[in-house]
Amino acid sequence: MKYLHTFAEKCNGCNTCMSVCSQLYFKVDDPEKSAIKVSAAGKNSFALSVCNQCRVCVAECPTAAITVNKLGVVMINKTLCINCLACVAACPTDVMMTYRGGLVPFKCIACDACAKQCPTGALKIEVKED
Amino acid sequence: MSTNEAKYDIEKFKKAHKILKEFSYELKPVVKGYNDRTLYINLATLEIKEKPVPAAMKKKFIGGKGFDLKLLWDAVSGSTRWDSPENEICIATGPIAGNTNYPGSGKSLVTTISPQTGIPIDSNVGGHFGPYLKFSGFDAMEIQDKSDRDVIIYIDGNQGKIQIFEAPLEALDSHVLAEQLHEMYAANEREKQHVSVVSAGRGSEHAWIGCLNFSYWDKRRKLPRLKQAGRGGIGTVFRNKKIKALVVKYSGLTGKSNNPVDLETLQKTGLKLHKEIISLDDKQCQMRTIGTAHLVEIMNDYDLLPTKNFRFGSHPDAVKLASWVWKKYFTQNVPDGCWYGCTMSCAHGVDNFELKTGPYKGHKVLVDGPEYETVGGCGSNPAIFDPDAVIEINFYCDTYGLDTISFGTLTGFIMDCYENGILNKERTGGLEMTWGNWRAALEMMHQIARGEGFGLVAGKGVKYMQEYFAKEYGADAQFLKDIGMHGKGLEQSEYQSKESLAQQGGYYLTNKGPQHDEAWLIFMDMVNNQIPTFEKKAEALHYFPVFRTWFSLQGLCKLPWNDVEPADNAEQDEPNKVPAHVQNYVDIYNAITGEKIDKKELMLQSERVYNFQRVFNLKMGHGKRPDDYPPYRAMGPVTAEEYESRAERYDKALQEKQNINPQGKSTEEKIKLLRQYREQQYESLIDAVFKRRGWSRDGVPTVEHLKEIGMDLPELIELVKKHL
Repeated sequence: MKYLHTFAEKCNGCNTCMSVCSQLYFKVDDPEKSAIKVSAAGKNSFALSVCNQCRVCVAECPTAAITVNKLGVVMINKTLCINCLACVAACPTDVMMTYRGGLVPFKCIACDACAKQCPTGALKIEVKED
Repeated sequence: MSTNEAKYDIEKFKKAHKILKEFSYELKPVVKGYNDRTLYINLATLEIKEKPVPAAMKKKFIGGKGFDLKLLWDAVSGSTRWDSPENEICIATGPIAGNTNYPGSGKSLVTTISPQTGIPIDSNVGGHFGPYLKFSGFDAMEIQDKSDRDVIIYIDGNQGKIQIFEAPLEALDSHVLAEQLHEMYAANEREKQHVSVVSAGRGSEHAWIGCLNFSYWDKRRKLPRLKQAGRGGIGTVFRNKKIKALVVKYSGLTGKSNNPVDLETLQKTGLKLHKEIISLDDKQCQMRTIGTAHLVEIMNDYDLLPTKNFRFGSHPDAVKLASWVWKKYFTQNVPDGCWYGCTMSCAHGVDNFELKTGPYKGHKVLVDGPEYETVGGCGSNPAIFDPDAVIEINFYCDTYGLDTISFGTLTGFIMDCYENGILNKERTGGLEMTWGNWRAALEMMHQIARGEGFGLVAGKGVKYMQEYFAKEYGADAQFLKDIGMHGKGLEQSEYQSKESLAQQGGYYLTNKGPQHDEAWLIFMDMVNNQIPTFEKKAEALHYFPVFRTWFSLQGLCKLPWNDVEPADNAEQDEPNKVPAHVQNYVDIYNAITGEKIDKKELMLQSERVYNFQRVFNLKMGHGKRPDDYPPYRAMGPVTAEEYESRAERYDKALQEKQNINPQGKSTEEKIKLLRQYREQQYESLIDAVFKRRGWSRDGVPTVEHLKEIGMDLPELIELVKKHL
């Protein structure tokens, strides 16, 4: 299973990952539209929230719009999604994302774009056993 | 479907179709939850037309059952009977229906003049038909008159086309027919979810307890699921009109198909409830894993589970039908919502169930349910404590188009009559209708489906049988009246109401007969003792029926209202009302429609329709005080066996409530004394409830009350004046 492994202790809070992600998928620099979220967790420490590909949302989706691809990554089919947000509620780590005015939820698909740009090595694409 | 069947010859079916009428309409988006038009179809003249929804209709009737009743009122006269050509089947949703954000937003409301009661029945049902009808362009549809041959009505909501065609070859039984039609109207597997079918079944042709099945395609099981508009014989009217099926096809559903004015509030409120359900359900009602069947052991523990035709409220064998048994039967970890976005997800299914009887014997089928009412009705009430038997009865009721509640209650009545010698093997045509004999119960049902034998009598319901047994067999009419669990002709649903005066009112001071749609007050009354006085009972019997009517105006399911509660609900002023959830309803209604109602206006919307339905009953020659009495078994012990089984309770009641010393009195004397008291209590309850509802002592809404709630429509005023 391919996933984005985070090392919060290395994060310096520069928010580069959020910019990269939102620009890649929504063509805007907007933290609300990033599939990874950086938040303050104390003085000079940060928390990183991103999908760990646990698949709870897959079982919850009423239209089977959420599936697991060959690499083990959880994907949303936008055409099948009917925007109920059940997956957002079901997500145990609150990383199925929505933004105001948006219909289809979005999530990290372990594309590696943010990891490549991370200046501190706090993000890394890894593969683990299912 | 049966997995052992060959693929259907769909092309052959289609070749046999003969188009009788085609109609095109302009596609328009839904705006703020409404289409502002309804669909009218006449099966005799083949007229199809759109009808505009005037602003006044929206204001007074809101939608859903309100629209249904308004259309039905305009179509029928006081002399219309269930099988009169002018009787209609009306199907509607409501302004909130079809949104995918708030759990429980996919209900259809169905009304007709009932073969059982002679007055309007309304039944709510899940499945995708109602929402797809709405997004196809119609807030409601009414079907009038009768065809002379089996027809299917097809609505293509993306093309704006409607067809009526002769359909001679498709199956009649719903589990087969629904699958055939999903396959017929979907170009590929993926499209099957865009189709929904309404059908009845062979049983509906011969019984007065016919129900309708509303389908939705279960993508994971690759089979249609069936949800039932069960009560009051709507399926019977459906087949009397020779409708084989209604089919709608619609694709394009999104979270803003209703074009809400405030999508953000709708999403936010929906998400809040989704999270409550997902985090709290396991600790509360377990709707996501067991559904309403979680109630069985609770009812049994409180002596509220009907057993042996409502003689008793518990049974040592009830544990065989307990929630943990059903949990094992139900396939877990699949989203079982009957409309998209319902995380309560209580529509559980038993997969690969092998049938032991009937025309599908040996087939492995998917069975929807059983839900609590089916377990109570078809399990404990006829003393059938075999879960496999309950599932099989459930399956055949559904596919034959028979209401499980009425079937269960009438089967209990028949077994009671059998034990009392009113019936015997000769009179039942060989059926040994002893307690717990599920094979005989199923054979009786197969007879209904075949239109033969004792099944023909049984399928007409308890009220019909009471008269028939008295006339044909000289049975004691008063005894039959006392033990026949129906009101207005509708069989009682599956809660024991003997010890709860408020629930007796909840069942019998209702618009359509004893169901659990209008009020469920047992716990409030007898467990928590929150409504001890007549005035408090009357207030509850005003508030809850009116509040619960609102769900039927909107196309909403009631379960997400109080089968999950916010963690701090118990700390609120009126926890029984689940105030936070009532506020959610105000918020989503305003978010979709752009109106600015509050909780008070919400109640007023309902009260108008509730009173309209009461006056409608009056129009049909009923709807007055004499129609509102329970059989005595719903109020207290009819027989010595019942009294003596709970002698301590009843002796105590005599002593404490009537100041009568039970010592030295015979059981018969004590039964009589208790009965006098309880019947008098019920009279006092009626007085208090009618007064609170703004009705005359005879149960007629007064002119002043209709004016006060803004329902003083000239034809209503004219009608009530004749009865005041």
